[in-house]
Amino acid sequence: MNSKPLLSRVADSLYWIGRYIERADNVARSVGVNLQMMLDLPAENTGQWQALVQTSGDNQIFRERYGAATQDNVIRFLVFDRENTNSIAVCANVARENARSVRDTISSEMWEQVNQMYLLINSSPSRLAPDALPEFFYRVRTECHLFQGLTDATMSHNEAWNFLRLGRKLERADKTTRILDVKYYMLLPALSDVGTPYDDVQWSAVLKSVSGFEMYRKRYGRIAPNRIVEFLLMDREFPRAVHYCINCADECLHAITGIPAGSFSCVSEQRLGLLRSELHYTHVDSILATGLHEFLDALQVKMNRIDTAILEDFFAVRADVEAATGSTGSGQR
Amino acid sequence: MRFSSYQTGGLYDEMFAADDLPRPQARLLLDTIQSLSEGQLLRCKVAAEQLLLQMGITFNVYADSAGTERIFPFDLVPRIVPAEEWNWVERGLRQRIHALNEFIDDIYHDQKILKDGVIPSEVILSAASYRPQCLGLNPPRGIWCHIAGIDLVRDRDGQIYVLEDNLRVPSGVSYVLENREVLKRTFPQVFEGLAVRPVNEYPSRLLETLESLAPASAANARAVVLTPGVHNSAYFEHSFLAQQMGLQLVEGRDLVVSRGAVYMRTTKGLERVDVIYRRIDDDFLDPEAFRADSLLGVPGLMAAYRSGAVALANAPGNGVADDKVIYAYVPDIVRYYEGADPILRNVPTYLCWKDSDRRYVLENLEKLVVKAANESGGYGMLVGPASTAEQREEFAAKIQANPRNYIAQPTLAFSRVPTIIDDHFEGRHVDLRPYVLYSNDIYVLPGGLTRVALRKGSLVVNSSQGGGSKDTWVLANPINGQFEPGGQQ
Repeated sequence: MNSKPLLSRVADSLYWIGRYIERADNVARSVGVNLQMMLDLPAENTGQWQALVQTSGDNQIFRERYGAATQDNVIRFLVFDRENTNSIAVCANVARENARSVRDTISSEMWEQVNQMYLLINSSPSRLAPDALPEFFYRVRTECHLFQGLTDATMSHNEAWNFLRLGRKLERADKTTRILDVKYYMLLPALSDVGTPYDDVQWSAVLKSVSGFEMYRKRYGRIAPNRIVEFLLMDREFPRAVHYCINCADECLHAITGIPAGSFSCVSEQRLGLLRSELHYTHVDSILATGLHEFLDALQVKMNRIDTAILEDFFAVRADVEAATGSTGSGQR
Repeated sequence: MRFSSYQTGGLYDEMFAADDLPRPQARLLLDTIQSLSEGQLLRCKVAAEQLLLQMGITFNVYADSAGTERIFPFDLVPRIVPAEEWNWVERGLRQRIHALNEFIDDIYHDQKILKDGVIPSEVILSAASYRPQCLGLNPPRGIWCHIAGIDLVRDRDGQIYVLEDNLRVPSGVSYVLENREVLKRTFPQVFEGLAVRPVNEYPSRLLETLESLAPASAANARAVVLTPGVHNSAYFEHSFLAQQMGLQLVEGRDLVVSRGAVYMRTTKGLERVDVIYRRIDDDFLDPEAFRADSLLGVPGLMAAYRSGAVALANAPGNGVADDKVIYAYVPDIVRYYEGADPILRNVPTYLCWKDSDRRYVLENLEKLVVKAANESGGYGMLVGPASTAEQREEFAAKIQANPRNYIAQPTLAFSRVPTIIDDHFEGRHVDLRPYVLYSNDIYVLPGGLTRVALRKGSLVVNSSQGGGSKDTWVLANPINGQFEPGGQQ
């Protein structure tokens, strides 16, 4: 290890920068794809916007504040609402505040990129004209991708970088499970009319909302719900598949602790390793047989417990300082 | 944009000896600016502002509810300091810092200067920045002011004066470095033909200064920068300096004192810290030693410092030398410790605790600048000629209630530098804060922060009060026969 020890507070902020940038990227992609898809669907098909709110996990708050899930309401809520802690505007703001507090750890390029993204979103009027929306979502995604690219290209791939990446991978896995959970059940009644153009449009949209359409085609060809589930959950090569993300997150964690893969030194490593193994040896048919929703639900609970364990293992301010001073060997003189 | 209609207004102008008569050191720069095509300068200005915003070089304004972040306005026209004049300023600063350091060390040890009656004891003992907690302390190498920022101004007569000594936690040096960077990126043509002394060695010098403080026993000494946090107005600078030096930026909550030593909390447990460049005032440094309600500090830090387990820069207690009342005694302090006359002059200062001075101040408030002894950032200040009767009454009452806390000085007509105002140049008042590092030797950063009062006629250059900044160019080569030390007498 040639890099300096990492402050717990800094590691915490890096982890959340990773999560919030990824979250903004996902919201921008989902909303953008939905906008495109609506153009292909009959006008009466309005449930899609409701589904989007459900994916975000903030359905309750949305209903209280906005009522009907119209395009305008949903976009305001998911993109510009400063009271929605998961809106793009808030994600950009929180990511920037975290980046500011670790400005000495990340590269200047990364800081400037988060700052630029924040300035872009903050200089937009809170109600964009419909014809300005596609461009806006495209730009938000580009800003997020620029940040990811700069993170990999301008920052040493050290412990700090691994925390950032860990946050990004766990967030990505979480978002993919949510999209799958909501969409699968919405589209399920349509299983009987498999093969209709609308069905194809909607399933394609699911894939597109995780940038997976083209890669799915190369892997499986025809659109088939079970295959899509398999692809988004189990694929080991597609970067937004849950299995792939969990593998990466596990690698990050082992890079951080320095413990060889396959063993563990803390609770978060143990939990993440268990989940990784589960995904390794589970077959999609058995998931569908016992219920996809139940499986995804359990998956989310596990990911939340991993998040909690990371906090406790690395970020928590230790109250028992005397004990800690006595037991650490690494930096003592 | 041209300078043909530029007016010096009978004040000292850093660029013009008189209307239409540029100073020799400014000629080349003025020619370059005037050779630009129409609108080019304003385009550069917009580009520079964009760049500052994009780089996130902003400061926080307290008590400003609508968005607390602002760019520190930057004017493209640099201020030029001729080589000979700078050499003289540098000598003056070295002498002053050396003397002030001796003074602080004396105050916390034998107090010879008080016993010899050079300064009345009560002036020192009543200073808010005097810390009895520091009596008998021996900071590494006996240095108390590692990093200082000394505010200089030039009056109407061309004479340079020291306006204030900032020894506690002087800020602004990051703007010196960033201003140069922004100017080079947006307006590179102005540097042509001029040998301007670079400023970018500052972070290395600062790092050397900090590392030189590490206890001899520490093999791989670790220095950190301690910030109050992202909400502090100088947070940008704290993170910038940490980044430039490759040091960790820590907050009080990241540090802990255990078994007499200081540690930081990391993902792998506690790691020892040897040197702290603290950007937190004494008051908030350690709730066990100073203000008990401080949440920013580190309990037990002073005890660790006192035992030599950790070094602090700047040394706590050094603010006793930048109290504005004690400022008035600095010429005596220089004579006492250096055995020589001060090279840099003080502004004549009236001390309100003296009956005769107070009487004069109260009778002449509309002519004077009144300052609270222990405030900075342009707060707690009355500029007489620009004040209302009501403000003068308010200050008269304050002075009478607490005479020790107030000083007054004649209102100087700070020198001016041409500044872009809308679409033309106007003169605006400036000061200059050079930065001085004291470790093995005394190092002075060439130039410093030129702050400019952007409001017409204003003399208040602080960023919190509508001030901006300019790049400061110290020329590397002398221009023949133009320098008279201390200006025209």
